[in-house]
Amino acid sequence: MGRKFDPTTKVKRGPGRKARKQKGAETELAKLLVDEDEPKKLSSRARKRAVKRAQGATASTEEKQPKKGFSDDNSEWLTPAKRKRKIDHSEGDEDSDSQWEEEEDDDEVKDKEEGEKEKVAADDDDDDDDDEMVDDYGAMEDSSEGEEQEEAGSDGEELLPIERAARKQKKRQEAAAQESEDEEDDDEEEEEDEKMDDDDEEEEEEEDTVQANIDHIDGFKLPSAKEREKEGLLPLDLQSIHQRIKDNVDLLSHFSEKREEGRERAEYLSLLKSDLCTYYSYNDFLMSNLMELFPLAELIDFLEANEVQRPVTIRTNTLKTRRRDLAQALINRGVNLDPLGKWSKVGLVIFDSSVPIGATPEYLAGHYMLQGASSLLPVMALSPQEGESVLDMSSAPGGKTTYMAQLMRNTGVIVANDASAERLKSVVGNIHRLGVTNTIICNYDGRQFPKVMGGFDRVLLDAPCSGTGVISKDPAVKTSKDNSDILRSAHLQKELILAAIDSVNADSQTGGYLVYCTCSITVEENEWVVDYALKKRNVKLVPTGLDFGKEGFTRFKERRFHPSLKLSRRFYPHSHNMDGFFVAKLKKFSNTIPTAPAEENEKASETETPATSEDKNSKPESKQQSKGTQGKARETKQQSKATSNSKTESPIAKKKPVVKGKKLKDEGPKKKLAKMDEQNSKEVKTKEKLKVLKVDKDITNESVTEKAEGSLLKKKTNKKNQKNLFQRRKNKMVKNKFKKLKNVLKQQEAGQ
Amino acid sequence: MRPLTDEETKTMFEKLSKYIGENIKLLVDRPDGTYCFRLHHDRVYYISEKILKLATNISRDKLVSVGTCFGKFTKTHKFRLHITALDFLAPYAKYKVWVKPGAEQSFLYGNHIMKSGLGRITENTAQYQGVVVYSMADVPLGFGVAAKTTQECRKVDPMAIVVFHQADVGEYIRNEDTLT
Repeated sequence: MGRKFDPTTKVKRGPGRKARKQKGAETELAKLLVDEDEPKKLSSRARKRAVKRAQGATASTEEKQPKKGFSDDNSEWLTPAKRKRKIDHSEGDEDSDSQWEEEEDDDEVKDKEEGEKEKVAADDDDDDDDDEMVDDYGAMEDSSEGEEQEEAGSDGEELLPIERAARKQKKRQEAAAQESEDEEDDDEEEEEDEKMDDDDEEEEEEEDTVQANIDHIDGFKLPSAKEREKEGLLPLDLQSIHQRIKDNVDLLSHFSEKREEGRERAEYLSLLKSDLCTYYSYNDFLMSNLMELFPLAELIDFLEANEVQRPVTIRTNTLKTRRRDLAQALINRGVNLDPLGKWSKVGLVIFDSSVPIGATPEYLAGHYMLQGASSLLPVMALSPQEGESVLDMSSAPGGKTTYMAQLMRNTGVIVANDASAERLKSVVGNIHRLGVTNTIICNYDGRQFPKVMGGFDRVLLDAPCSGTGVISKDPAVKTSKDNSDILRSAHLQKELILAAIDSVNADSQTGGYLVYCTCSITVEENEWVVDYALKKRNVKLVPTGLDFGKEGFTRFKERRFHPSLKLSRRFYPHSHNMDGFFVAKLKKFSNTIPTAPAEENEKASETETPATSEDKNSKPESKQQSKGTQGKARETKQQSKATSNSKTESPIAKKKPVVKGKKLKDEGPKKKLAKMDEQNSKEVKTKEKLKVLKVDKDITNESVTEKAEGSLLKKKTNKKNQKNLFQRRKNKMVKNKFKKLKNVLKQQEAGQ
Repeated sequence: MRPLTDEETKTMFEKLSKYIGENIKLLVDRPDGTYCFRLHHDRVYYISEKILKLATNISRDKLVSVGTCFGKFTKTHKFRLHITALDFLAPYAKYKVWVKPGAEQSFLYGNHIMKSGLGRITENTAQYQGVVVYSMADVPLGFGVAAKTTQECRKVDPMAIVVFHQADVGEYIRNEDTLT
């Protein structure tokens, strides 16, 4: 069981390397939380101390300085941060060739600061609610609050929260020395501290060499075409290419100052692109795509992040166990883990493990699932409720499906579909292993789905994609994808998203939601697809409920998307330390499928609500027709309308040319309404039927002219022309029609 | 998908009763809705009636699994319990065996349980009685058949087999393809 604990050797204490591993979500959350908390942070004791401080402020300023340094072991890891900050300030004035390193330094400092902040926050939490901490860290917490406060009081001096934490830790360590129970943890921490030290040294060395390099090179010069040709023949020198990339990026970020005379930005960019392609071994297409997606500095971060693996994360199966118990069980097996982040209550990050994490008895008993952090997000966005029916359109290998089941506590129904029968085997295994009993697993092509089964409360569509967000998992993507691949998957995704929307029941009491997600970061597969769905179906984007991540694009190159697309969320490996991911949540607000031509739809979508406007148009009319109890009075009304307003035609004539298919559809609700209306006597119904018949006749008579009209309408783009033609024809038609109408009605009434 | 015939029901219930005895009726009459057994591709599935109705929408060749798979009928019309039924056997099990942490791994690789790995055993276990196997932390690991009675277990030498292995949760990894 590891090395024996030796109380004689003093061990460096601190957050260690692991404290800054999973920082994506926390950095954003920490800012928010800390800011909010700040006003109430002071405890009563702290307030007293503050008063004391204020009183003795003038006297003690000089004394304080030395005392503020941490008296215990922590001084060793806390002071370097300060020193670095100082260096930063001094370097800030130097020429910005060193900007590159500076950024790195900045990051480090930020990390450290975050570490401190988190520690402070954690400590505050400690004061407020000890229980929460216990929940997360299991047996870690054993010292009592009272002791701690006593200590603080006995010292009398102002103790920073971090100092208190350090003291506490020290005490714990002493206790451990006596019991020698928690050896492992200490050992691990020790090791990590050592590692960190090594890293620091390395970094310093690196800095030195880089500094030397910079001394040699005055400024970055663009190599001529000849030189570049030569380069192709010579063996590659990655070191120099890396240096050139750095310089090039630096130059491009201060282009107007540092450019060589007569050199275009495009030249620098093309050099940068080819360098990046060789250094990170991407193909030309993907690299240019990425360069359009990210600003330069971020691009490098992204590419670097793709070279390292994401941390292994697991999700607790709350159907069988609790996170606290699971963490304890795994720690006993020699696994080093931590909670995933504040945004997830079920996630754990695995740092290292002495046993294979995918084969522990706990895993086999279904207490947890190996699952990337990013794949928790779409399910959180979907937030399925108990008792609902949910469809997972492409479910393999079942991670998201089982998470949904766990959120629904095994109630309701989940239909887990996947197109590949081979991959479905893993779904079957995982679902049974995790004790999920409410699933139907089937093997359809997702595009057929609305025909198989519809009316789901929620649908999750994790569409098949090019996988540009998971390059660290599958580096083959770097070279294997080209434009046609992206477009092909975008096409499939568009088909799938329409099928998914059609499977949702908009009238659902609790749901009517669709979550679309991909593990790709290209715009073609994400925003473009969602934008397409917005145009084609009666859906709107709603907030995902995820409080971090970057907003989706509303404009990209020449494309302009619906402004609400900023409600979708993007996740990147470099900024959130999880796989690249896109999540959009859609709400379906009407079950009718708009059938009007595409142009009209586009116009409508610009005016925010495509279908509601149409519905408004159609519904009142149908109501008019069915509700009107005295057929005659209504007719006369319409007549008067028609005659008074030269533009409005009879309802039939008005509707027919614009939307042909619609008329047929509207008959459904119309009939229903007629049934529901109590005042409607049978007479009226028969009348209406007769009328409909008659109308049909009229239609057949006039269908030829109308068709001609329709085609004219389409062909002529000039609006004035259209109007004129339209009016002339209408005038003729109106006259004829109303004569006929009147005659028929008279006959009918006479007959009855 | 079809209901079981009388004969099939009989063979399956006989098998189940070896592990959970008369608790079988708790599986059939549940307070939280009607549950039933259905046969699909020779597999027996245990499903809530609500889900069953929805599952009828799916054509036979496209349906992979529904609810929980309990086991399968062999070509000779015997019933074989699968590890996937463990979730429903474990809470109702009448006879239990606990294995020591050291022997856990061995059992999860498909081996029988030796006397040396035996942690605890229910009193009055008869020979060839179906038992559910637990780890010492009360996590169900699988099931098997007692090779010796509780009395005999006390006397035998450490390397003697006390429980014959039938199924264990390691199968989720070892033969994922043939789970259903």
